[in-house]
Parts: sequence; structure tokens; C-alpha cells
Amino acid sequence: MTLILGRKIGMTQLFAEDGTVAGVTVVEAGPCVVTQIRTEENDGYNAVQLGFEDMPDRLVAKPQRGHFAKNEIAPKRFLREERLNGPAECEIGDVVKADAFEEGDLVDVIGTTKGRGFAGTIKRHGFSRGKETHGSHNVRAPGSIGCSATPSRVLKGKRSSGHYGNARKTTKNLRIMRVDEERNLIFIRGGVPGPPNGFVQVRTAKTGIKKG
Amino acid sequence: MKLIDTLEQELGKKDLPTLHPGDTVDVHYLIREGDKERVQIYSGTIISISGRGIRKNICVRRIVQGEGVERIFPLHNPRVQDVVITRRGNVRRAKLFYLRDRVGKKTRVKELVGDKVRRERDAEKARRAAITAAATAQEAAPADDSAEETVEA
Repeated sequence: MTLILGRKIGMTQLFAEDGTVAGVTVVEAGPCVVTQIRTEENDGYNAVQLGFEDMPDRLVAKPQRGHFAKNEIAPKRFLREERLNGPAECEIGDVVKADAFEEGDLVDVIGTTKGRGFAGTIKRHGFSRGKETHGSHNVRAPGSIGCSATPSRVLKGKRSSGHYGNARKTTKNLRIMRVDEERNLIFIRGGVPGPPNGFVQVRTAKTGIKKG
Repeated sequence: MKLIDTLEQELGKKDLPTLHPGDTVDVHYLIREGDKERVQIYSGTIISISGRGIRKNICVRRIVQGEGVERIFPLHNPRVQDVVITRRGNVRRAKLFYLRDRVGKKTRVKELVGDKVRRERDAEKARRAAITAAATAQEAAPADDSAEETVEA
């Protein structure tokens, strides 16, 4: 298991030798610094805390300032933990770079999806739309939401309109097409959650099998 | 410049001719016949240019046996080996979809002439010569191949 924090740069295409094309997302991954090590005796679980991207000192809140000052690490903007099964093998101040991954690896990418505000059922759940013509007034309405006198209520969990997006989402089993170690860039096949410049976590895929 | 644009510039082909809608072009496209590969030349009029950076495509229209055929070529695809401008077109639109409704002599696009075209043509020739020269300088054997290609074009 490897975790790395990064920023989504955007999407582009990669051409293979035989002319086939792959849509890829470019992620600026790392360098990340180990900012804290959580241990069984101290915290009740084993984990490594990683930090990504320096931030100006004046923007750091006081509690975080203390957290970074304790280990004399430059304040980081994005902190996430990687849960471990055993005690951590690294030390505070160790650096994780994009070369932690290599071409062909399968990864999961975790990010915060684009916020869509209060969205209707068509956008949020993929409901069908009604007719726009022939006297229809039922264009984007959800339709029937249940039965009549029995049970005379709407069943729990009925999909409806409401807030959509701006939520943590994981896309699983994406293939790494290329790693640029110099600039710490990872090219991941397919899309990843969130807008360009959004923070993402890239980790070794939890399920899925690496093909030959 | 945005990092993604820089990346696209690095990943894509370094030198492509400047193409315009209305230009008549020969597209050298690598096709597979059984287990052999050969270059097929598809010539026609560019009726639209879409996308930017590495995702740039051209749509080339030609009439084959009385039937209009349009093919879209991703310019940065390695299978598109070369695009040669044979004639510049004088058009006032970015998308020439109106050509689809025309038959016979009306499908022709007026040729663009003038000093600017002449200068651009010379620049294009110079660019191709520079590429060939660079190839010759690099290696003797493959340079011969590329020279032949330019003659054909």
C-alpha cells in the first residue's frame, strides 16, 4: 500500500504507437512529507500522516502551527493519513514522491467532487425527462413518488432532489500510464473526482488485480 | 502557460503545418492491410478544425464516386504521418458544412492567392527543408527515406 497526496492538473490524451488514444488525467503528486507517525500505544492505531504543498506562514492557524513546529516541518496545506497494519517503517520528515508508483500500477483516486448545489432528480439520479411538447407540463418533474392510502407515506430512501456533489468520492482501479519523476507528475487513465487544481489522494488499488 | 498546455506541447508532434479551413490537403495515413502496413494518401478539403493542443482534429471532405466522404484525423496521432497543403482556399467561415449541401462544380472552394499565401508557402517549404536537413544530419540511412517522401509530396 502506498499513498500519495497531490493536485489534479487536468486532462489530456496519450497516443500509443499503434495510434490508439487514451484519455488521461494528470496529477501533480508529491513531494509529500511525513508529518506525524501515529502509533498503537499513543493513538490506538498505526498510521502515517502525510502533508502536501507548502503554505505561507501567515495563513497557518495556530493549532496547526504548533503541530508543524513540533517536528520543524514547513506548514503544509493538505494533510491526510494512511492507515497501516503494523508499526510505521518511515520517520518524520521522510519524503514521498511520484516515483512511489510506476507505469501499469492500478490505483484508487480519492477526491472531492464538484459541487452542484441543490440538484433535481435528472442530474442527481439520472431520472428520465418528460415530453417538452404535445401539451406536456411534466418536463423535469420526478413523477410519482409512491403508492396511495397504503402505506400513505413515502418510503424511506426514495430518491429525490437535493444537494449533490462536493462529497468525497473514490474512483477505483485506474491504470497509471506514465510517471514523470522530474516534475512529480502521474498520468492516470480515465477521470478522477474534482475540479482541476483540486486536492486528490492517490493510493494503491485496494481491490483489482494487476494484469501481467 | 498552464502546465497542462506545456505537457501537451511536449507530448504532441513538434512541427505541424499551419492548416486553415478550405485548404486542400493530402493526408498521409498509415493503414494496415493484413499484417503489412502502408501509407495511404487521402486528399480533400478541410471543412472543420476542432480541438486544440494535442486533441486537434481536422475533418477532410472529398467526393468518392459521386458520394461525399468525410474523415476526421487527429493531427497528433502517429498514424497521421504527414499533412501536405496542395492548395489554399479563400473562405469566410470556420466551418464549411455548407459544402455538404452542394453537388458538382459548386463543391469547389475558391483558391486563395496573393503575397501572403506566397510567403506562407515559402515558409512551409523552408520548414520542410529544415526538417529534411535535420534528418540528414542525424542519420544517413533514414534521411534518404524522408527525402523521397518530400519529393512525392
